[in-house]
Amino acid sequence: MHLDAKIPGGPLAEKWDRHKFELKLINPANKRKFEIIVVGTGLAGGSAAASLAELGYNVKSYCIQDTPRRAHSIAAQGGINASKNYQNDADSDRRLFYDTIKGGDFRAREANVYRLAQVSGNIIDQCVAQGVPFAREYGGLLANRSFGGAQVSRTFYARGQTGQQLLLGAYSALSRQIAAGKVQMFTRREMVDLVLVNGQARGIVVRNLITGDIETHTGDAVVLCTGGYANVFFLSTNAMACNVTASYRAYMKGAMFANPCFTQIHPTCIPVHGTYQSKLTLMSESLRNDGRVWVPKNAGDKRSPDQIPETERDYFLERKYPSFGNLVPRDVASRNAKEQCDQGKGVGETGLAVYLDFRDAINRDGKDVIAQKYGNLFQMYEKITADNPYEKPMMIYPAVHYTMGGLWVDYNLMSTIPGLFVLGEANFSDHGANRLGASALMQGLADGYFVIPYTIGGYFAGAKLPKVSADQTEFTIAAKEADIRTKRLLSINGKRTVDDIHRELGNILWNYCGMARNDAGLTKARTLIQSLRSEFWENVRVPGSDKDINQSLERAGRVADFLEFSELMVVDALTRRESCGGHFNEAFQTEENEARRDDENFCHVAAWEYAGEGKDPVFHKEPLVFENVKLTQRSYK
Amino acid sequence: MTKTINLTLKVWRQPSTESKGGFETYHASDISTDMSFLEMLDVVNEKLTMDGKEPIAFDHDCREGICGQCGSVVNGRAHGPEKGTTLCQLHMRHFSDGDTIAIEPFRARAFKVLKDLMVDRSALDKVIQAGGYVSVNTGGTPDANAIPISKEIADKAMDAAACIGCGACVAACPNASAMLFVSAKVSQLALLPQGRPEAARRVTAMVRTMDRMGFGNCSNERECEAECPKEISITNIARMNREFFKAGFFSAVK
Repeated sequence: MHLDAKIPGGPLAEKWDRHKFELKLINPANKRKFEIIVVGTGLAGGSAAASLAELGYNVKSYCIQDTPRRAHSIAAQGGINASKNYQNDADSDRRLFYDTIKGGDFRAREANVYRLAQVSGNIIDQCVAQGVPFAREYGGLLANRSFGGAQVSRTFYARGQTGQQLLLGAYSALSRQIAAGKVQMFTRREMVDLVLVNGQARGIVVRNLITGDIETHTGDAVVLCTGGYANVFFLSTNAMACNVTASYRAYMKGAMFANPCFTQIHPTCIPVHGTYQSKLTLMSESLRNDGRVWVPKNAGDKRSPDQIPETERDYFLERKYPSFGNLVPRDVASRNAKEQCDQGKGVGETGLAVYLDFRDAINRDGKDVIAQKYGNLFQMYEKITADNPYEKPMMIYPAVHYTMGGLWVDYNLMSTIPGLFVLGEANFSDHGANRLGASALMQGLADGYFVIPYTIGGYFAGAKLPKVSADQTEFTIAAKEADIRTKRLLSINGKRTVDDIHRELGNILWNYCGMARNDAGLTKARTLIQSLRSEFWENVRVPGSDKDINQSLERAGRVADFLEFSELMVVDALTRRESCGGHFNEAFQTEENEARRDDENFCHVAAWEYAGEGKDPVFHKEPLVFENVKLTQRSYK
Repeated sequence: MTKTINLTLKVWRQPSTESKGGFETYHASDISTDMSFLEMLDVVNEKLTMDGKEPIAFDHDCREGICGQCGSVVNGRAHGPEKGTTLCQLHMRHFSDGDTIAIEPFRARAFKVLKDLMVDRSALDKVIQAGGYVSVNTGGTPDANAIPISKEIADKAMDAAACIGCGACVAACPNASAMLFVSAKVSQLALLPQGRPEAARRVTAMVRTMDRMGFGNCSNERECEAECPKEISITNIARMNREFFKAGFFSAVK
């Protein structure tokens, strides 16, 4: 199968304008004849559902939570990038584009990333118009801060709650369309399958999480905005309900999965403290604007931090990367923290932590200024750890945070299944092998507010869409299969809980497919996953019934899919014979222990096609062509 | 320092909205004081599962205090005893060995119990749908810096906008009033120039919907402010009342 990314011709900066002009239009009166299913109500899903409804389409929106205001976009703290150049520091669309391409270690598509930079400014305009209370300067204009991987100040923020404010903005736009009758909202529904009719995405199967009923819903297109798969690691900074099921089910129906091994480990998280732990908490990257990362110079130094003199501290990021210092990209910061801990210099009870110290910033700017910037983050840290970061340096350690891989999409954000669009973290398109901070919010909203409203029209204008009904066999069979699967999970009645098995899966992946990978470990992981999967289907215990609220059953379905998907991740990691961004294979590194790419052989997107149960997935390649940037060894020194 | 404690839990169990509920007693042993409250409930649920019983249903998602999905009444207080803290961010170090803890759902006429500790808070969405937005479509908006907004105003709007929509204010109020929730959204948008054109229409519609959904009125008990995990101030209620009267007397909105 040939993967056509449908990248428009012409110079980079003109592609999107040209494409918008060339896309066929649907006239306003005809838009109301189309029904669009949007799954997920995070930044991508909320903004897409609202914008499509405003255009006149009939939208059905689904979310797993009790209201469309809670998706995990809400937890993004630090900010959102835009190339407004309000700071007069030489920012531009081209610079944001270049930083994002370079930050992604040259494994993203040029055209997509340039478009992202082009619409970034519109997002800020849109959000301000909605009443998003961004931080402002005394003169009344918007404030900016810096984020990792950039030397300009282009990040807009609302205290440490930027994701929350942007999501509530999208939620308010969505609420307005619900009130107008243009969006039908289905809360507490979990998508468990995608339905194809004549090869086109025409509906979904969902489980009603209150009644337990398996429901089928029809539409003319399906837009998946179901987020990333970081919870495959069990412990991650994602919300508890984040899962891969919707994406994986679409993959099983023919949507290709791209670059699943590109996972992001975020450097600044609160370290793991016990086996009972259910999730990890991120401390915003913005803290690295003022916090200095260090470990004791001597391995095994167990003195408390205030007893360690300046000369015996190693500010290892500032030492190794003088031009970016503490603001190196996430993959670099994480790997360096791991390296220090592997050398026995880690701090805290477990030795798996490094310090993030605000002492110098507090001495320089005063406690009030620091509290203004990071007060709520410091408070959150204290709630969890009972340590006061104004007095004692924070302890941080990397944790799984985001997944750059996702369903393959073309320039129109359509997957390899006609009529199935994928937005936000659920697609693979813009971040390459590593995402820069404050870029996820930008991408989710770009996709939802400014890309899908144009590209979906182009699809409708050119597609034949005969009427479908939920009574036809494609739907009844899919519903039946979902029901059988649910009943099978409930009937096993074994000796291990869902969480117990999920935790073991997470350990396998963290140890062998985490921050550093090698062939032996990955091969072992594959075997371990296969046997854990068999054990799951023989020995899991899922209490309760299917026609009821049953949270164990919900989790069991998700873990069952994680157990399948994790193998795909490992296969992808084994196949990519290079290191780049979040994928670091120890066999491919420079003398200075930096990732060594192989642009000759691996400058491509790896897209995997499902081949059937028990069969190896089929590899497809989308070559990446760089016409506007020179591929360089990424250096932040 | 980490230590472990043993607790007795009295947990509200109710199979469904229609069925009758009641307290059940459980023992939570060897609970690490570093655990969050919900992690403690996870441990109890794992044991219930292995004992062949139904685990306790409770809503939760982000577990970092921002999504607003979690929330129960712990020892009579919404989200438990710690000020400015959601239940997921409440840690067991605030309890002592041998404590008995009563856990029950948020109770209000407008929130029906779905199962155990889970409630239906969709009435809050209905209030937002009545007008908790600025009516702008995507695209065609002016440059973000076109209208300067003083830092003080932007900060006040942000204070109000911090609401996570958890419903603790309703659960804490003796009248089960949603005034703090509604006023937070009304205030955020009334303070900002972008929200002014619709301010009268918005406050009128939201207050009427709030009443229709079965929420009670405010009688200045201030319980909402005390229990709000985001410490939203009741100043917002005063601002909403002012906006509401202003809309009634001086605008064309009926």
